[in-house]
Amino acid sequence: MRVGSISKRQFSQRTAFSLLIIATIIVVIPVLVIVLQIIINGASAISWDFLTQAPSQAGKAGGILPAIIGTFYLMLGTIIFALPLGVMAGIYLTEYAKENWLTKSINLAIVNLAGVPSIVYGLFGLGVFVLLFHFGMSLLSASLTLACQALAMTVTTSREAILAVPREYREGSLAVGATRWQTIRHLVLPQAMPSIITGAVLAMSRAAGETAPILVVGAAFLLPGLPQSPFDQFMALPYHLYTVAAHVPGMPKNTIWGVALVLLIVVLSFNVLATIIRLRDRQRRFNA
Amino acid sequence: MKMNSVFSNGKVIDQSKTKLRTGEVNLYYGGFQALRKISLEIPEHAITAIIGPSGCGKSSFLRLFNRMNDLIVGARVEGGVELDGIPIYHKAIDVVELRKRVGMVFQKPNPFPMSVFENVVFGPRRHGKRNLGELEDIVEKSLHQAALWDEVKDKLGQSGFSLSGGQQQRLCIARVLAVEPEVILMDEPCSALDPVATLKIEDLMRYLAENYTIVIVTHNMQQAARVSDMAAFMMMEDDRAGVLVEYGATSEIFTNPKDKRTEDYITGRFG
Repeated sequence: MRVGSISKRQFSQRTAFSLLIIATIIVVIPVLVIVLQIIINGASAISWDFLTQAPSQAGKAGGILPAIIGTFYLMLGTIIFALPLGVMAGIYLTEYAKENWLTKSINLAIVNLAGVPSIVYGLFGLGVFVLLFHFGMSLLSASLTLACQALAMTVTTSREAILAVPREYREGSLAVGATRWQTIRHLVLPQAMPSIITGAVLAMSRAAGETAPILVVGAAFLLPGLPQSPFDQFMALPYHLYTVAAHVPGMPKNTIWGVALVLLIVVLSFNVLATIIRLRDRQRRFNA
Repeated sequence: MKMNSVFSNGKVIDQSKTKLRTGEVNLYYGGFQALRKISLEIPEHAITAIIGPSGCGKSSFLRLFNRMNDLIVGARVEGGVELDGIPIYHKAIDVVELRKRVGMVFQKPNPFPMSVFENVVFGPRRHGKRNLGELEDIVEKSLHQAALWDEVKDKLGQSGFSLSGGQQQRLCIARVLAVEPEVILMDEPCSALDPVATLKIEDLMRYLAENYTIVIVTHNMQQAARVSDMAAFMMMEDDRAGVLVEYGATSEIFTNPKDKRTEDYITGRFG
């Protein structure tokens, strides 16, 4: 009887494990299939010319250089606005803001920023940056729009990184007569920086993949050259992918997959970069 | 209790020179009263120990003197706290200047995540000292004073974390000494250390007491008896507010306590 009950327990344990493993595999399969499909179908399109030439014949021939460069400009523009603002807001919220209804509602608003659909940011950018501020359909308008969206992430990661700095450091610093700002500037921020940068890099990679918001604030279908100023229109990989996939008849299939592959590589390499920064920081803390 | 001088631990304390004074101090954290009507005069260039059971408000009391309680939301102080006769809770007082004069060493050694050198000069740098030669002099002097120089002089560039626990705590003391304070507050500075490291810190305290006013919070009765000139015994009342039960020369408190509760505590009957 006892032997039987043990084997029954073992049976249910094994069943549970098997179910969990199967669930995990089911989760991973779509990711693998997508990546493999993109590589298999798109690899043949990748060539030196594809990466370094401007498109011709509505994207059917030539390369995607303007879209690649446009995406990098966009990431750069996004982070130039989103990182300093996010860090400053993060410092204010953790170090200076008093616990009151205003702070609580600001925190709530920031959390909800992340949940706003991206096309809504696009419309906001169209109304405010393109029309109200007269920045026009431009790289600047698009960067600012994506920066608004990225703020949710940079504020949150900055706040968490700052909160993770031990209280003992702050007390030790204040106890030798450092001001609050000196404590933040010379002790807290250097400690929090790797985590803040990690968050910023992830925010950049997300901005690189956004299609809907830039659609309405400045991404162009086809441009012969690169943007010469922040007020120029630009091409970007996700929007280019959308147009060649949906709006150009007779598009060679491998070109479409090729664009997807380049976009995937850009986004994933930034994710990997973020992981490397995080791992190095962890190692540094461990050794310290 | 008010004598001009007392003989304690083999040292003559001139009680006429009061460095720190509290008068009927109440401390509240929101609605909770942490300290009640504490009046105490702490003599200059001596070691004053604050003893008492856990939770009686010893640390809160210590943190009055460098206004560290200010960091706690809802903390409120009533009554007078004076440094050299100057009320330090007056609104004209610059807290940063106060903390330069009243340094603090914490329970857990808290070196900053930087080199030994940078740890020591952290305070001086923040106060505008830039000259490298001057900073080097400060490092050597402070580490000498903290009895750490010989052990770390060849690894000033190494991380503060690479030192042992006792060395880390002496580094933290050096960091405080580097800003040339007048008072050093120590919040159970040896509770995270082994006995050998503890004795080293105690020797250091005796040496520093020649030139500094030291106030130490300790759980350790033997430590208070060994190291301090004056001792204050605190307890908490039924509503958990900390009160001062007895204060006097350490030799008196430990050999001839006037209050029954002090006697019970130091003989180990509770606490």
